[in-house]
Amino acid sequence: MTRAITYREALGEALREELTRDPSVIVMGEDVGAFGGAFRVTEGLQEQFGRQRVRDTPISENAIVGMGVGAALAGLRPVVELMTANFALLAMDQLVNHAATARAMFGGQVRVPLVVRMPQGGGRRLGPVHSHTFDALFAHVPGLLVAAPSMPADAKGLLKSAIRGSDPVIFLEHEGLYGIRGPVADTDARDDLVAFGRAIVRRPGTDVTIVGISRMALIAWRAGEQLARDHDIAAEVIDPRTLRPLDLETIVASVRRTRRLVVVEEGWPRGGFGATLAALVTERTFGTLAAPVCRVTGADVPLPYAATLERAAVPDEAAVVRAVRQVLSDL
Amino acid sequence: MDERPLPEPRIAQEWLAAMLLIRSFEERASELYSAGEIAGFLHLATGEEATIVGSVRALRATDPLASTYRAHAHALACGSDPGRVMAELLGRADGLCGGRGGSMHIADAERGFLGGWGIVGGHLPITAGFALAADVLGRDDVALAHFGDGAAQQGMFAETLNLAALWGLPVVFLATNNTARPAQAPPERHPDAADLLDRARGMGIAGRRCDGTDVLDVHATVAEAVARARHERRPMLVEARTRRDADAITPLAERLAAAGALDPEAHAALEARARAAVDAAVAFARASPEPDPATLYDHVPPS
Repeated sequence: MTRAITYREALGEALREELTRDPSVIVMGEDVGAFGGAFRVTEGLQEQFGRQRVRDTPISENAIVGMGVGAALAGLRPVVELMTANFALLAMDQLVNHAATARAMFGGQVRVPLVVRMPQGGGRRLGPVHSHTFDALFAHVPGLLVAAPSMPADAKGLLKSAIRGSDPVIFLEHEGLYGIRGPVADTDARDDLVAFGRAIVRRPGTDVTIVGISRMALIAWRAGEQLARDHDIAAEVIDPRTLRPLDLETIVASVRRTRRLVVVEEGWPRGGFGATLAALVTERTFGTLAAPVCRVTGADVPLPYAATLERAAVPDEAAVVRAVRQVLSDL
Repeated sequence: MDERPLPEPRIAQEWLAAMLLIRSFEERASELYSAGEIAGFLHLATGEEATIVGSVRALRATDPLASTYRAHAHALACGSDPGRVMAELLGRADGLCGGRGGSMHIADAERGFLGGWGIVGGHLPITAGFALAADVLGRDDVALAHFGDGAAQQGMFAETLNLAALWGLPVVFLATNNTARPAQAPPERHPDAADLLDRARGMGIAGRRCDGTDVLDVHATVAEAVARARHERRPMLVEARTRRDADAITPLAERLAAAGALDPEAHAALEARARAAVDAAVAFARASPEPDPATLYDHVPPS
């Protein structure tokens, strides 16, 4: 049996269930306690679990993440909320030089069971420094795990897995996904954990493989529906759900059948995750590809404020449909 | 040195032995570095033996400790096997970190020494995080962060002290202030009147200053700070003033001798034992194999 809830509610349920299950889980971040979270994800948690375990912090991203690293090393399972991925840049030293390295650098003596959640992405007229998409930035770093769920059930299942895991996780949410509804298992069902490194085929198809990341997984799926309805093109739409580890096998198996790949991401093209995926897939499928891997990405510019400019800079269903039709016309 | 009471001879002699081991170890590490057996960067604790031993001896076994990239002596003071520390410096498989960390990233988690971190000031919020864990888990542990006065210029210093004070975290920040600025450091690089206690006080953190070359003064001062942190659940700052060329060991030996608790033969025996321990450590390290490249991906989550 399933219920339909929002992505935001799914995250809240995951946090509530894990806070209940394990006294070493704590939540900290700016406005997560008294205010219930800038995006309301942590609403009600401080009332239920108290101020020891759900902590409001000052605006000190690097120190907040660093304290999360230390707390994780010393026996807690901290879930740090960064208000947006944009402010994660202030904590990159702790994320890359400390969280990601401690386990390997100390020869396996320690683990860092830290989760750092943050919404990323643009499309809300917030300008260039409040709209970043950092799939590629975080997926670049060995030692980190990176999740980018697009549906409520995956948000809940991956967040639970992340909290129970032993390695630092960058948990990429999206402001444009918090309100979307989707099915999750009934609360009295077994724990619905989603494993890292397992992509999901959202829509089976034969003509082309479309991989969409984070909110672009939703855009890719919608494009798939439109391609079937309006252009008689059967796209196979895959949502990787996690970028590190990446389920490359599912994507390669699909591309071996369809012989065409379109990657959809909101981030910048140079060094984007699509570029990495193109390289990884081409290495494995070169002889069978019917067209070069096509990437639909955010425009290679600092994201502008004006509506017409922002619209031109962020991929939408129409852009994906155009790209697929282009790829299918390459003979 | 003379103002502080001498602990009972057995304890004071152990402190002396611990400082002698560090001195001997660091001298030998320096030789191996010059000879090319140790690579990368090497930061020695010569002159800081009293600060390190005095502060570590003020902790309980369960109190976690973190330091900067100047980390060998902290591991030794916590009781790490000198052979495994030396093997780590030589990048061998039997090093404490399997040769993965080297000099700047020594750690001995079993003994509560949680690194050994390469970024100046980077371990400060991490150490505050140890204290946070103690609080949430209902333990009365106190965390100790060693750092130098240079790290106090980092933003992380201010962010961490602010947060530790706001949350009343039981962490002692121990700043080793090497007040002798090198001749070539221009004044605009380093505040002349760098009063760390003033800065800490400005963020709501009480502090004390001690003589970093006097192990008794360090121990008494850090013990008091640790006790206040533990019972009042608040951060503290201790500034240990040192000089790079200081002899932090002889004053204790002289006080022990004056108290009739260390005759010249006993002193010589302690020094010999330290040198022998370091000789054994070097032999162990040289006999340890280099890590197998097949283990390159150990301790790294899959991609």
